[in-house]
Amino acid sequence: MKRTRNIIAVAVFLLVVLVGVPWLIEATGRLDLYYTLTSVALLSIASAGVWVTFYIGRINIGQGAFALMGGYVSAILVVQYGVSFWLTLPLAGLFCAAASVLIGLPILRLRGVYFAMVTLVLTEVARLLALALPITNGAKGMVSIPLPGGISIFGLTILPDFATLANPRPAFYLVSVVLMVLCFAALYRLVHSRIGKLCQSLQQNEELASSIGVNIAYLRVIAYAISSFLGGLGGAMFVAISQSIYPSSFTVTDSVNFMLNCFLGGLGHVFGPMIGTFVLYFGWDFLFETGEFQLLIFSSVLIALMLFLPNGLLSLRLFGKKQG
Amino acid sequence: MTELLQIKAVTKRFGGLVAVNNVSFAVREREILSVIGPNGAGKSTLFKLISSFLNPTSGEVLFRGERISGLAPHIVARKGVVRTFQETTIFKGMTVRDNVIIAHHLRSNASLAGFYLGTNTARRDEDEFGRSADEIIDFLDLGAQRHEIASTLPHGHLRALGIAIGLATNPTVLLLDEPFAGMNHDETVRAVEMVRGVRKRGVTVLLVEHDMPAVMNISDRIVVLNFGVKIAEGTPKEIQENEKVIEAYLGAEDETIGF
Repeated sequence: MKRTRNIIAVAVFLLVVLVGVPWLIEATGRLDLYYTLTSVALLSIASAGVWVTFYIGRINIGQGAFALMGGYVSAILVVQYGVSFWLTLPLAGLFCAAASVLIGLPILRLRGVYFAMVTLVLTEVARLLALALPITNGAKGMVSIPLPGGISIFGLTILPDFATLANPRPAFYLVSVVLMVLCFAALYRLVHSRIGKLCQSLQQNEELASSIGVNIAYLRVIAYAISSFLGGLGGAMFVAISQSIYPSSFTVTDSVNFMLNCFLGGLGHVFGPMIGTFVLYFGWDFLFETGEFQLLIFSSVLIALMLFLPNGLLSLRLFGKKQG
Repeated sequence: MTELLQIKAVTKRFGGLVAVNNVSFAVREREILSVIGPNGAGKSTLFKLISSFLNPTSGEVLFRGERISGLAPHIVARKGVVRTFQETTIFKGMTVRDNVIIAHHLRSNASLAGFYLGTNTARRDEDEFGRSADEIIDFLDLGAQRHEIASTLPHGHLRALGIAIGLATNPTVLLLDEPFAGMNHDETVRAVEMVRGVRKRGVTVLLVEHDMPAVMNISDRIVVLNFGVKIAEGTPKEIQENEKVIEAYLGAEDETIGF
């Protein structure tokens, strides 16, 4: 019963984002929405990473660092070594995961506000590194990064060469959405397997988890690596779309936003970051009309939301279910 | 009887304070051994030293002849020395059943990747954990609370859940941190029965406790600490007649010592 309902929900969602949205955009001619929605998809992947660290009880305000790192890894491999972008995508994620293991081993021992502060600094460190390292081309950044090439297996074209497309926007949109769906599906499985329960046990009581034989240090590092992998993935894809990357491509503000997306959507649900990113991104755009008051209204609404819906937007749905 | 745990000349200093001073004793297989002492005697520190949540300044703790001091707590737990916690340390947001199931973790045959992919081994583990959890829950009379969120349980049930979590790890030695604290008479009687039941399952029990009547009632042997030093060791009867113990508790009501 529940299973069929879930399958139907997923099918409807896929139909809407893969067919419905492109059709609507073409019909209304608002092609700019492709870019907006692509951004939402990619930012929600990075936010999903932050959500994983929340899931083990750590506040992560450093996802911008890994998005930036992923972006640079992909850009450098494409530009300097001529590697196919599609290969650099997982490589960027893996590079970030590996880096996060090295960083995570010492800092994951910290909890609460201490961990949060260190991660906040990470974003700034990443920016300064990007400025200083010769390979990242400093403040000038890397521009005119070639568009992703095509993928074909046995002569069968799976993805066309993006440079040959008249308008690569719909293609980027579709690729990003598929990537998002894959990431969230993988995450959903993670949360609903024993690993999810183990993560919860860390979040709720690390000492007790350790006393029942859970290797908490190992699990924390794994969760952080998954988090950073998703950050790198999102960052790399972003760079491919904008065809450029600068040390300021992902800043502390982005790191904070990734975290806010999780808060807003709900920390208790896998799809929280997806909803949160969507609402936050469009909410911000929507308030553009208010001009100089944009940030003021935006922040006030966020504060109000956190006060009245401490468990995020998705708690609305659960609340309704309980009453019904 | 074999000596499962050997505490050998264990000392723990915190700066200038010697919390545990050169304490030695052994825990024999399948006995219930209690560590008692006035407030600040170093009981809790000793408890953490045995479960390896703290490392001794000098001395060592051996389990089956093998040194466990200095190992990470989760490794000590895997070897079979498992602690429960003072007060209500549980996974608050999970149901009672999930609490007990997750505590089976160290019995799993499948790897984390196996659990992620849902391999046959992982599925067998899950089934086995569920069955075993239900058995432990029934054993500790938590059946009616099986699907309740742990944070909503009353005090007595929380304590039982703490023990259930400990049992789920299939321990050789279960270390209970003040299992009777804050309980009324009836609850204590039930809890004493529970601890006896745990021993009947073949588990060796080492407990740290304030509640004298309960300790006298349940223990095979008792170790008494005062100011970090072991002042007596013996059967409840021997302890009750020990001059040093009486002196250590001087000033306390006779009743609280259980005489």
